[in-house]
Amino acid sequence: MAGGGDELKLLGMFASPFALRVKLALSFKGLSFEYVEEDLRNKSELLVVANPVHRKVPVLIHNGLPVCESMVIVQYLDEAFPGAGAPFLPSDPYDRAVARFWASYIDEKLFSAWVALFAAKTEEEKAEGTKQTLAAAETLEGALRECSKGKPFFGGDAIGYVDVALGGFAAYVHAFEEVHGLRQFDAARTPLLAAWLARFVELDSAKAVMPDVGRLVERGKMMQAQAAAATAATAAAKAS
Amino acid sequence: MAATEEVTLLDLWASPFGQRCRIALAEKKVEYEYIEQNLADKSELLLRSNPVHKKIPVLLHAGRSICESLLIVEYIDETWPSPSPLLPADDPYARARARFWARYVDDKLFDCQTRLWKLKSGEPAHEQAKEDLVQALTTLEAELGDRDYFGGEAFGFVDVALVPFTAWFHTYEKFGGGVAEELCPRLVAWAHRCKERNSVAMAIADPHKLYDFVLYLKQKFGAK
Repeated sequence: MAGGGDELKLLGMFASPFALRVKLALSFKGLSFEYVEEDLRNKSELLVVANPVHRKVPVLIHNGLPVCESMVIVQYLDEAFPGAGAPFLPSDPYDRAVARFWASYIDEKLFSAWVALFAAKTEEEKAEGTKQTLAAAETLEGALRECSKGKPFFGGDAIGYVDVALGGFAAYVHAFEEVHGLRQFDAARTPLLAAWLARFVELDSAKAVMPDVGRLVERGKMMQAQAAAATAATAAAKAS
Repeated sequence: MAATEEVTLLDLWASPFGQRCRIALAEKKVEYEYIEQNLADKSELLLRSNPVHKKIPVLLHAGRSICESLLIVEYIDETWPSPSPLLPADDPYARARARFWARYVDDKLFDCQTRLWKLKSGEPAHEQAKEDLVQALTTLEAELGDRDYFGGEAFGFVDVALVPFTAWFHTYEKFGGGVAEELCPRLVAWAHRCKERNSVAMAIADPHKLYDFVLYLKQKFGAK
């Protein structure tokens, strides 16, 4: 961009792993931005205008122009700020396709399995949910082995596209363990992912933007209590 | 450059996702071998090439496999940048918008159409599917606006992503999703414009054949 200043504004929500991905990407690239915390029960005019189709966070507003969808934003940052550190995506078309594939897998299989487990009410549902999350973690462990080739990250020596995609869940994973008692990246089952997680959260650029795990746990427990109350209320209504 | 090495596409005739890849390959004038897959009895080659999802389409190039239709289309665009660049080379913002809208087709339109044929007619969930489909088509209509193509003057990424679904308009109508000419006349005109391109005309399904196929899917996988 020619001339003075790039104005970057990020609309997010502290507990959103998707918003965290963008914060991480901006942090790794050393880009400064204004952060706006959205109350998703009372969405701001700015959010509704910037993302009229989905009304969701994250939205990155760059010099007034909105970019939506976390991994679309991450690619945009690579392309719009080529001077800001190494790109997250590699340059070879095949390697790019592989990276995009695993980022997509994280959303479609891993995250959706966690959501299903969270929503599980019966013991059968919980067992099925647990099975799915463990299967997805195992597949991702294989992906890490393949992509990293013995190096610390999916991107190799440096943080790459898939590291950012998974990094958004780094705090969430710790909170999930405290709320639901299930370790997602267990050192025995998925040693590479466990090591990756421990390494990732220690990075200065990650620490700079990570949400407070305690706050996430509090929120998770509150949502769990609300869900339990709703289930109880439904059962009571049926019984009466 | 591996660009001249053998290209194979594992696909299914009716798949709008596979058609995206066929259109992109044709736009780039890439010769390839098309292998029709039997999803009821998946081939060794398919299972080996897409072990994670076991789905079509899969592009095989220079001995490696690329999965997921939109990723395949970007791969094709990056490996064979000309002719017919599908994403604008120098405009990160336009590229981001294109990726956003291509995903919209997958997340919203495809999801609605699946519910439309799968769910039982008359049930509230089916009514919701109809409403959601109208919403999706209306949104896409508004996004296209007065332009010739989603990217502006040139046929591009979003056009490739969406055009195979236009063969489904007839099916939408049959399942109570409304008449496309009334709901989204600009999209209908845009579909005709796209079909003037050989790449599109050769790839997209015949609407009536497709409807028969969807009836078969409903009988096999639909809610009873």
